[in-house]
Amino acid sequence: FAGVDSPGGDMQWCFSQVKGAIDDDVAEADIISTVEFNHTGELLATGDKGGRVVIFQQEIENKSLPQFRSEYNVYSTFQSHEPEFDYLKSLEIEEKINKIRWLPQKNAAQFLLSTNDKTIKLWKISERDKRPDGYNLKEDDGRYKDPNSITSLRVPVLIPMDLMVEASPRRVFANAHTYHINSVSVNSDHETYLSADDLRVNLWHLEITDRSFNIVDIKPTNMEELTEVITAAEFHPHQCNTFVYSSSKGIIRLCDMRESALCDRHTKLFEEPEDPSNRSFFSEIISSISDVKFSHSGRYMMTRDYLSVKIWDLNMENRPVETYQVHEYLRSKLCSLYENDCIFDKFECCWNGNDSVVMTGSYNNFFRMFDRSQRRDVMLEASRENSKPMQVLKPRKVCAGGKRKKDEISVDSLDFNKKILHTAWHPQDNIIAVATTNNLYIFQDKVN
Amino acid sequence: MEVNVEARRILAVSISKLYASRSQRGGLRLHRSLLLSMVMRSARDIYHSSRESEQPNGEQPATEEPMDTNCDPKEKARLAPDLADTSADMAPGVSDKLDESDCDITEDKENLSPAKQSRKRRGKASAAPDFLPSKRARLEPGEERYAAPVGSCRAGVGDYRSALTLNQVIPAF
Repeated sequence: FAGVDSPGGDMQWCFSQVKGAIDDDVAEADIISTVEFNHTGELLATGDKGGRVVIFQQEIENKSLPQFRSEYNVYSTFQSHEPEFDYLKSLEIEEKINKIRWLPQKNAAQFLLSTNDKTIKLWKISERDKRPDGYNLKEDDGRYKDPNSITSLRVPVLIPMDLMVEASPRRVFANAHTYHINSVSVNSDHETYLSADDLRVNLWHLEITDRSFNIVDIKPTNMEELTEVITAAEFHPHQCNTFVYSSSKGIIRLCDMRESALCDRHTKLFEEPEDPSNRSFFSEIISSISDVKFSHSGRYMMTRDYLSVKIWDLNMENRPVETYQVHEYLRSKLCSLYENDCIFDKFECCWNGNDSVVMTGSYNNFFRMFDRSQRRDVMLEASRENSKPMQVLKPRKVCAGGKRKKDEISVDSLDFNKKILHTAWHPQDNIIAVATTNNLYIFQDKVN
Repeated sequence: MEVNVEARRILAVSISKLYASRSQRGGLRLHRSLLLSMVMRSARDIYHSSRESEQPNGEQPATEEPMDTNCDPKEKARLAPDLADTSADMAPGVSDKLDESDCDITEDKENLSPAKQSRKRRGKASAAPDFLPSKRARLEPGEERYAAPVGSCRAGVGDYRSALTLNQVIPAF
């Protein structure tokens, strides 16, 4: 299938599953706000606006076969965050889950960090498939026996039971952020993690909840002089002293924690000079970076701004090595997108396991994949109409203007309420999770 | 001229977004407020530079920031928290200073005393956002509104451009 007509290289994406309600009337609490695979890809977590986390587990039918079908089924569901009220500021704190990040697995249990605007929580997800039976002092239902009726002693035994998955909050990291938390990132040392809000980045130890270290603070003394906010932050995948944070001005700063306690002075600054021909009222908004992700190799990082995806080589600060236009046909529509608020949408992006392909979402439930090695790209759609089992996804095309070809969709027919902000790629296999407003689609590569 | 109309429209849209964001769940978002203020600033700059080019005799249109150019620092400091608290009080003040498109000379608001200004600005009744119908009498051809003499407040042309400070747009956290 490596023909020229096969976009995205050799990959042919097929529908696998869709999770979530079918009806078009979307309950606000069901809106998916984050999607994340764990480090093996066996677990897939989603967070929603209602503060819930749903974890799916992969059940593999015969992985040895070349065309195996992986199915993700619900493993655990729990309420991570509740709405709160800040009485001092008279502000409601939303329970929406902004980010979920998995910890690498150390023992039988799984751990993840989930965060809303103000509070980060460490959750332990553990399995229980045995229960003790044969207590001496208690009946089966828990009532205490009359001591006089006990005539012999026995050793309780563990007997099998139906698998129960329990989620319990092990740590609550609160009261460290004045502004809204946008990122959480676990360090490669597996002991610390960072959390970032609009103006500050804090470093935490996973065991310590009553204090955190502030490592970046860009709050000006005079708020009137504020020109830039932090939009995302991430630790380097291998160097535990290195992290990056992106800004609303389209700048990425790389910091080395060995240099000083407060990393206000960056080690590297990545910025591409603006193209003056593209200047408009909205230039500043569309240059704001909504997501930054290191490649698995640690050699590159990817940023997403409103219209494009950029790949940066950490060794080159003055411009990205690759730029991919996600939906250039929107450039002439920025004013309308400003009016309907879409210009403020924060799209995420992700790498595949070997860093050869990157993926990001768009409108009309379209999402894009850019194959870096083969210099090919494809636009696909997540929709109920294309959800027959193993149905191959047809590439989609948007017509910017002029004559619309057959099978193309015109820019003005795009549904801007159907946006794909969150996507995730299995760390090893060609399995992707794509979140529409309230549904989670799982696609896999036919040949895999 | 088209740019001017576009700029006014964008300003009006931005102000209504600022209004709306006050009642948003989760409180005002700093990032969004910052981006809104940047768009407003660009639109306002374009609007005023296009108006300047329409008035080659050098007479400036009314500034939106008489507060900054007239108030002494103490007055500004007193007013700033008030401005910071509710963008509603600020927003009408911003659009208040934008011209109606059908008159060239506007009422000079800069020359009011700071005390008068502050009372006027805080009163919601006196604030008419640009995108609402004007309550002022339409000028008949040949009519003129009273134009205040060009005063010292007009001196700082460059100042007023940057004077729509974020302090007035982004409530103090």
